[in-house]
Amino acid sequence: MFRAFLDAFLFQAGYNAALVAAGAALLGVAAGSGGSFLFLRKRALVSDAVAHATLPGVGAAFIVMVALGGDGRNLLGLLLGSAISASIGLLAVEWIVSRTRLAEDAAIGAVLSVFFGFGIVLLTVIQTLSRGYQAGLESFLLGSTAGMLFADAIVIATGGAATLALILIMCRPMTIVAFDPEFAAASGINVRRIDLAMMGLVMAVTVIGLKVVGLILIVAMLIIPPVTARLWTERAEHVLLFGGLFGGFSGYVGAAISASAPNLPTGPIVVLVAFSLFAGSLLFAPGRGVIAAFLRHRRFQLAVHRRQGLLALARGEAIFDPLTLTVLRREGLIRQDGVATQKGRAHAAKALRDEKRWALARQLYEDEAVGGGYDGLTPIETVLTRDELADIDHRLGPPAPVS
Amino acid sequence: MGSEFVQLSLTPLLIGILSAIACALPGNFLILRRQALIGDAISHVVLPGIVVAFLLTGKVSTWPMLFGAGGAAIVAVVMIELIKRVGRIEPGAAMGVTFTALFAAGVLLLEQSDTSGVHLDVEHALYGNLESLIWFAADDWSSLFDPVALAALPPELFRIAVVALLISILTIVFWRPLKLSTFDEAFAGAVGIRTGVLGLGLVITAAVAAVAAFDAVGSIIVIAMFICPPAAARLMTNRLEVQILWSVFFAVISAVAGYVLAGYGPLWIGGQHAVSAAGMIATVSGVILALACLFGPQRMRMGAPAGS
Repeated sequence: MFRAFLDAFLFQAGYNAALVAAGAALLGVAAGSGGSFLFLRKRALVSDAVAHATLPGVGAAFIVMVALGGDGRNLLGLLLGSAISASIGLLAVEWIVSRTRLAEDAAIGAVLSVFFGFGIVLLTVIQTLSRGYQAGLESFLLGSTAGMLFADAIVIATGGAATLALILIMCRPMTIVAFDPEFAAASGINVRRIDLAMMGLVMAVTVIGLKVVGLILIVAMLIIPPVTARLWTERAEHVLLFGGLFGGFSGYVGAAISASAPNLPTGPIVVLVAFSLFAGSLLFAPGRGVIAAFLRHRRFQLAVHRRQGLLALARGEAIFDPLTLTVLRREGLIRQDGVATQKGRAHAAKALRDEKRWALARQLYEDEAVGGGYDGLTPIETVLTRDELADIDHRLGPPAPVS
Repeated sequence: MGSEFVQLSLTPLLIGILSAIACALPGNFLILRRQALIGDAISHVVLPGIVVAFLLTGKVSTWPMLFGAGGAAIVAVVMIELIKRVGRIEPGAAMGVTFTALFAAGVLLLEQSDTSGVHLDVEHALYGNLESLIWFAADDWSSLFDPVALAALPPELFRIAVVALLISILTIVFWRPLKLSTFDEAFAGAVGIRTGVLGLGLVITAAVAAVAAFDAVGSIIVIAMFICPPAAARLMTNRLEVQILWSVFFAVISAVAGYVLAGYGPLWIGGQHAVSAAGMIATVSGVILALACLFGPQRMRMGAPAGS
């Protein structure tokens, strides 16, 4: 199993598997970076409508090609059909949002269900047309790379590369529009045209991905990698870059795993690899990760306990909270029996002094800039100037020692 | 309109109508709360739910599958909230991550497990088997009063009827708090309505409707009925009461017209085989929505200039 995975991973598992892996990786990069624009524009789920809207196009293209006497399964023709119906779906979403009072989510849901439903109707029509031979269009629902022809792989690889080139060219204006549409409009960018180009890009990725991961799961390739990237960075360009990287990695590794054993369909495996990356990032990412959030909370909790403990020492109050006692003991501020050490008394006096200074400062300066800085943890020296502090100290009188 | 209709079409038609109503009722509130795509998300995650239930019990039986689907829906809602809160990701993207990943897991489980002996596959999950829910025991209309024949009705009919009734009752009982919290959440909170619990309850109700309808008709109708009839109704009126009535009306029209067109439409234009009823019902509901978008009396935003 592992041996087979390694072979596939290193392009050793045969020509076809290598093609699929390369195609999936290219598709992943294109989807990850293309989806980033959509995600930053807060319209991630539009891709859902686009993806489902491809189905009637596939069915109609098949019917037309058969009616013209050709082979209904020509991939290029099917992809062309899907692109046309996806554009119609996209325009329908735009039209509903701009012309009626329905919100975008309702428009997306309506378009995706109706187009998909109509696509299913066409598929049943095809089943009755071509009795006796399998049209195999169901493979577009969930993707299938098993019987992929060389020509199909070429179409997918070329399409992926072209989409990627388009992304590189359009990167700058798209980032600006995604990040701040008002600023973009003010600096002379035609926001509507860029939006359309963005949607065109998403459509291209969807159409190319149909054969590999299928129309339901291509949505995952457009959404999960950008969201994963967003957990790691606060910069729009980096979301784009990491989104592409995560997407490419998922595509490549997913295709390799899927090639290593039977019964492992490419689409779901690619999506699950992407989701594992996401789940890992949600745990470990700095800033937005679960572990980082937990550590931040813990640090805050300890700081509060330390401060309140010191204040209690300064006021001569007894401390009962076990966590407070632990914190103070660990720093050598109290002895095992709870009595303050020399160092503890010094820190306690300083904490009390700080508290009194703050209390007075908040009376003197009733503006947000000073009062808002008070959280019981920030030392007042970091907020006020030396002169202001001297003034406060003068009013407070000399510091009192802690007994 | 004799025995053949009662035997072949009556139950699918009734099931279609009841499913449409059960989904359209909560759909009204979901649309107004901008949560329309919850229905989409739920109907995707139902798949892993029923697959897991099948793997655990080893057979295709109704109740474990309904529980599995309901459990999956709840897992999905929790996951979406978690990603939103912890990762500070916008709701749409959080939803997208969750339902696609769960759906992928469902497909993979299905491919991995040996389900060749039973009728459980992705296509079935997507477009259901409305046409096959026929009433064999019926002879003609008089069977409606024949206890023996009635006992042989497809069990899906009873389930969806119970769910549709339950949802109607819930809508009436919680009418005031639902309406208040949908239009003005802050005010509803101020007068003592627990808006968080109510919102979660609405999502769970939607999940129940989705799961029950899914069992009979597949996820396409579920998504279409959650969104299209209420959205079309929203363009007809400014009053919530009237909107609900319109949405039920549209849902029934879609179900009936869709079923009839799917079953008899191809024959009229010279075809020989019926097309997918689920797909046709979704298509008809889309046509109704398109007409409402073009001609609905309240289709504009309030205050929008006329003719824009």
